[in-house]
Amino acid sequence: MSDQGLIEADKLSVHFPIGGGLLRRPKMLRAVDEVSLSIPKGSFFGLVGESGSGKTTLGRAMLRATPITSGGVRYSDGEVEYDLVNLPKSELIEYRKRAQLIFQDPYAALSPRMTVRDIIAEPLEVMKITNSRDETDARVREIAEKCRLNLEHLRRFPHAFSGGQRQRISIARALVSSPRFVVADESVAALDVSIQADILNLLKALQQELELTYLFISHDLSVVAHICDHVAVMYLGRLVETAPTRELFTAPRHPYTKALLSAIPSLDPDQRGNAQKLEGEIPSPTNPPSGCKFHTRCPHAIDICKQTEPALDHLGSEHDVACHRWQELAHIP
Amino acid sequence: MSLLKVENLTLQFKTDEGLITAVDNVSFEVNAGEVLGLVGESGSGKSVTAKSLMKLNPENAVYSPESSIELNLDDQKIDVLSLTSGQDLKPVRGGSVSMIFQEPMASFAPAISIGEQMVEQLMLHKKISKSEASGISIEMLDRVGISDASKRFKQYAFELSGGMRQRAMIAMALSTRPSLLIADEPTTALDVTIQAQVIDLMKDLIAEFGMGIIFITHDLGVIAQTADRVAVMYLGKIVEQGSVRDVIKNPAHPYTRGLLNALPKLDDLDTPLTPIPGDIPSPLERPAGCVFHTRCPVSEERCKQSVPEYEQRSGSHKAACFVTATEGNLP
Repeated sequence: MSDQGLIEADKLSVHFPIGGGLLRRPKMLRAVDEVSLSIPKGSFFGLVGESGSGKTTLGRAMLRATPITSGGVRYSDGEVEYDLVNLPKSELIEYRKRAQLIFQDPYAALSPRMTVRDIIAEPLEVMKITNSRDETDARVREIAEKCRLNLEHLRRFPHAFSGGQRQRISIARALVSSPRFVVADESVAALDVSIQADILNLLKALQQELELTYLFISHDLSVVAHICDHVAVMYLGRLVETAPTRELFTAPRHPYTKALLSAIPSLDPDQRGNAQKLEGEIPSPTNPPSGCKFHTRCPHAIDICKQTEPALDHLGSEHDVACHRWQELAHIP
Repeated sequence: MSLLKVENLTLQFKTDEGLITAVDNVSFEVNAGEVLGLVGESGSGKSVTAKSLMKLNPENAVYSPESSIELNLDDQKIDVLSLTSGQDLKPVRGGSVSMIFQEPMASFAPAISIGEQMVEQLMLHKKISKSEASGISIEMLDRVGISDASKRFKQYAFELSGGMRQRAMIAMALSTRPSLLIADEPTTALDVTIQAQVIDLMKDLIAEFGMGIIFITHDLGVIAQTADRVAVMYLGKIVEQGSVRDVIKNPAHPYTRGLLNALPKLDDLDTPLTPIPGDIPSPLERPAGCVFHTRCPVSEERCKQSVPEYEQRSGSHKAACFVTATEGNLP
């Protein structure tokens, strides 16, 4: 990919020890395993995969919200540059102002005992961005307007709001510190369809207005197809394919991406049952398969897939795929 | 005669803030071997409607005197709303009517093995011995595609993956051979690849057992893939009902049209998503007139004052809207 990535991960791994004791070595859960990824500045970068694929952990690692086991992550927005693996505490505080997270569930993410104004103002106070209450209020009002919140609502408590309004409050809170990079983790998954479209449009509008770069984590491919310009697909902690959205959706190369796309239920009742079915379930990450991690469910797996892990192949300037057989399988939908 | 006939079902909850209408004059039928999809957003009353078929709603639920739920089984006719005692309710609570819930983790008791729970409910409904019940349960687990069924039978819910739990839930619901199955968001908590497997499984089971199904979901894609007929609910009312083809390809109600326009579609990435403006009103502030008029893009003065008639459009396709009745369906 181009060299102007806002965030670049290089063989990033996040492993969690589980079990183990005084004399037993703990098993390692490889939540993210040697992922290299570059998120271009100003992009709406989608990250998809089933539950257990490591997409949330990767997002958190990029925010330095989880310990990084090995590999590197670099943030560079033209003004500052951070090596996120060896970030001193003083710089971590600065990085937090530039990188923020929008949560999934707007019902759980907002404290019921704080007014909307206090919820949005809290990051400013904690990070000591503003110097006076007036300044804080001005910042809160400004971002609330941008997120299309009614200013009268700032005095109320979250329980008075619907899911869509609450998600707008969460977004305002994440954006109040003027971040450059925002991780949106399943930010529309808990919303109704009619509201979901509204929040997606808001995120897109804010991206242009505030020059944001998003990492948009989602399990819903049709949402990602509509809003993202780049997509990366993860499976069991590995990156299996990454490409510009249109290319990924029109010419997917990895068998897993193809299966994911065909599993989306079609809105056309006349096109029933022609989905390409994927057998079985995602294996446990504590005991991942050898070779290509997808071989246990892949309809095209051959011997080499069981033995050797495929490397990321570069198909084009921005399209990477990790599959031994992608060239032979290119014509198979 | 249809398997299930719901007529003029109106259900209100007594609360401190007054009576809240959750279901408003809803009528529908389900035939044996047919899948009725019940679509709507949260708060539309779809789960409450389903629960009233088993009389599972809490004590503060008040059914209007006109409401009727009639279940026509092979050997008997049951007037569900007249049932009161636990003994009488047994056939509609797991016997001839079974339910699959959304969250398979929350629906199994964590400290009792899957097998024990299956056997327990089977013995409540059928006069069989424990070993017969175990045999049927293991056979059902095998039938829904759980490998190593006799080993899984002894395991606990936490030992199974999400997809496996939902399969076990389906096996349990079907082990009593119900005539009517209510599936409340059975695939919502699952990943797409597992969702596709569960949808396939349910289709096979309908073909094999021939029961009627009420499939509740907010996902129109899932409905398009499974249902024969669809009823669209909004704020406790059915606003449109018809064959899945009619409703999805030629929706007659602006709400259904709005839902379809708000849905991201893979074959058309260029059209921007159109949200339905505004939020679903609180059930405490039900709009007068047509319940959808506060968010409707084509609402007129009459929509605010009077309730549109729920009338036939073509064949079995029915909708309740003044505007599309006179000016035709929205593009």
